[in-house]
Amino acid sequence: MTMHTLSVLVENKPGVLARVSGLFSRRGFNIDSLAVGETENPDVSRITIVVNAEASSLEQVTKQLNKLVNVLKIVELDPSTSVARELLLVKVRADRTARSQVLETVNLFRARVVDVASDTLTIEATGTADKLDALLRDLEPFGIKEMVQSGLVAIGRGSRAITAGPALRAA
Amino acid sequence: MTRPTPETLAHSARRARTAAEAPGDTDHIRPAATPVRPAPAQVSGAGSLVRSLEALGVDVVFGIPGGAILPAYDPLYDSSVRHILVRHEQGAGHAATGYAQATGRVGVCIATSGPGATNLVTPIADAHMDSVPLVAITGQVARPAIGTDAFQEADIQGITLPITKHNFLVQEASEIPRVLAEAFHLASTGRPGPVLVDIPKDVLQAPTTFTWPPTPDLPGYRPTLHPHGKQIREAARLMSSARRPVLYIGGGVLKAGATEGLRKLAELTGIPVITTLMALGAFPDSHRQHLGMPGMHGTVAAVYGLQKADLIVALGARFDDRVTGKLDSFAPDATVVHADIDPAEIGKNRHADVPIVGDARHVIDELLAAVTAERAAGRSADLADWWTQLDDLRERYPLGYEEQPDGSLSPQYVIKRLGEIAGPDAIYVAGVGQHQMWASQFISFEKPKTWLNSGGLGTMGYAVPAAMGAKVGKPDAVVWAVDGDGCFQMTNQELATCALEGIPVKIAVINNGNLGMVRQWQTLFYDERYSNTDLGTHKHRIPDFVKLAEALGCVGLRCENAEDVDKTIEAAMSINDAPVVIDFVVGKDAMVWPMVAAGTSNDEIMFARGVRPVFDEDDI
Repeated sequence: MTMHTLSVLVENKPGVLARVSGLFSRRGFNIDSLAVGETENPDVSRITIVVNAEASSLEQVTKQLNKLVNVLKIVELDPSTSVARELLLVKVRADRTARSQVLETVNLFRARVVDVASDTLTIEATGTADKLDALLRDLEPFGIKEMVQSGLVAIGRGSRAITAGPALRAA
Repeated sequence: MTRPTPETLAHSARRARTAAEAPGDTDHIRPAATPVRPAPAQVSGAGSLVRSLEALGVDVVFGIPGGAILPAYDPLYDSSVRHILVRHEQGAGHAATGYAQATGRVGVCIATSGPGATNLVTPIADAHMDSVPLVAITGQVARPAIGTDAFQEADIQGITLPITKHNFLVQEASEIPRVLAEAFHLASTGRPGPVLVDIPKDVLQAPTTFTWPPTPDLPGYRPTLHPHGKQIREAARLMSSARRPVLYIGGGVLKAGATEGLRKLAELTGIPVITTLMALGAFPDSHRQHLGMPGMHGTVAAVYGLQKADLIVALGARFDDRVTGKLDSFAPDATVVHADIDPAEIGKNRHADVPIVGDARHVIDELLAAVTAERAAGRSADLADWWTQLDDLRERYPLGYEEQPDGSLSPQYVIKRLGEIAGPDAIYVAGVGQHQMWASQFISFEKPKTWLNSGGLGTMGYAVPAAMGAKVGKPDAVVWAVDGDGCFQMTNQELATCALEGIPVKIAVINNGNLGMVRQWQTLFYDERYSNTDLGTHKHRIPDFVKLAEALGCVGLRCENAEDVDKTIEAAMSINDAPVVIDFVVGKDAMVWPMVAAGTSNDEIMFARGVRPVFDEDDI
């Protein structure tokens, strides 16, 4: 099985996310990550889904997704021709003795401190799943109090846009 | 016996007939019988709903009023749309399905919120599995009450998400015409299916302007109707060179109104035809090239034909597990051409070597042209050896049955005679179980839309309400429900509806006193331990189906031996002013054969208990 990243353009209407996520569980497919937000067109939302599936299952899930009336278009993003990022917010123990070491790690990973308390720092980082995993591994020894991670969002490289063109839906 | 007055019956029948005589091609799905263009008007949401139904050409709806949907029933009172008041919402749903299956038009059912809506869940799921164009309209609690666990609140949009083609929760009264138009369009085009429209009570009550026609807004919905030319040519090339080809025909061919084309294609190529349970009537049973039904209770020739084929041309079929048996060992040598309007069906269960997405009518028409071109170029295969093998199997293993050793009436005999007496113009509607399989086997289906049943979901209780809907849609046809005593006890209350609304259906209850198919499995796979399958309808005659029929305003007849079968059926055929129920008391030990046991390979088909067909492997 391989990870696949699907960009699903949908009508921005109530209940569409439930239709999409419900379809995955109903047909027995596991969602690894899911992120949803508006696009440049306010009538269209973009759902980025990472799914771990065989090629044949992926084809079936894509076809089933395409049958949802609110789904406009589905594109699989190839990792080599797309940019993919996740967002991480993590609250790390950082008292006076540890603080400088934590800040050093933050700088190494080009992360940012977004909140400071007497004994913790809250750090924001974006990147690939691998980079965020590495950051967390380095922060672990200081003590992670709390963390939250977004789903993956991804976009194709180059000047072409998947939203372009009148035919929004794959056949 | 109490019956409605002749005036009531005449009135209802007249309304039904007028409604059904719509112009156009009855062989194809149409959302509307006679669309009209009404002028804009100031109305309530409910008024807008009823006017939309009128504008869509709806002649009849099946339903039950209740709190949340009540506003809609007021304008319905004055409408040209005939409302048939059923006794249970499940009956409304199956009746709308039977209407749709018999006429090809969209069937409409209406229920209130909460339990009214949840009672529609079974028929909606049934219509979803069998791709029936159905629109279900439900009332919902008022918008401010949604999500508060209000009285009779159920999230029917959420509940029906997996069992509808699409569903709507209407937010504003102004949306009603557009949503209704979209619902009918979605239900009846592409791969047909059920669409639910949930309308909150305050939306039904809100003032609005009704304008027609609305502008549909479905940017993500574009079914592919026309197949790809290259794929068609490849399919035609294979059809002209294969030595052991079969045409595997599913319900999609009936829904597309492609039966004439199918016949031409079959006759042009000489390829054997196999029709699934959902496609009976798509190709005449009497045709020399028809091998019968495939699958668990299919004919030996059809099961073998698919299994040993070197080419399967699947048209509007979906390689259901009841057809393929154990998938790994299904048709191991076959190249598969799979044409379906739903791309997701192609390659879902069996890999398609030549995938074709398109409407069966277009696919068949284009295949006809492409095969004709192959012929003109001098390319065609000799199928004589293949036919010799298949004919030999047909001769050695015909559909048949043995009389009951205890001398009781054979259910197969009853059903066979029913088919012969009522003939190929009658519409036959089955429940689910042994009687359904016997009806599929022993009635000769010659014409499209004369066989209605619950194929995919296997819904016991389908027959009586679906027969009611079919009779409403086709008032001049003789409509026979072939039902089991188990099925019949699930939905027979709709006979009261039939009696009062002047819908003279005929019901043959194949009463073996048991949940027969389950009992058959207990006989074969559970060491004859008959756990909870005896319904007591034989032992105690509870209920007495004749008395029950009479209590419901029908004529009740009983038949317990072979000599009386013909005259009882003929008596029922002669009654046209009331529904008739015949209680055929039949033996409980009859079994459905042939059979491919669940989960086994089609190679292991049993012709009868302990009898496996001998296939001459050297011939292949």
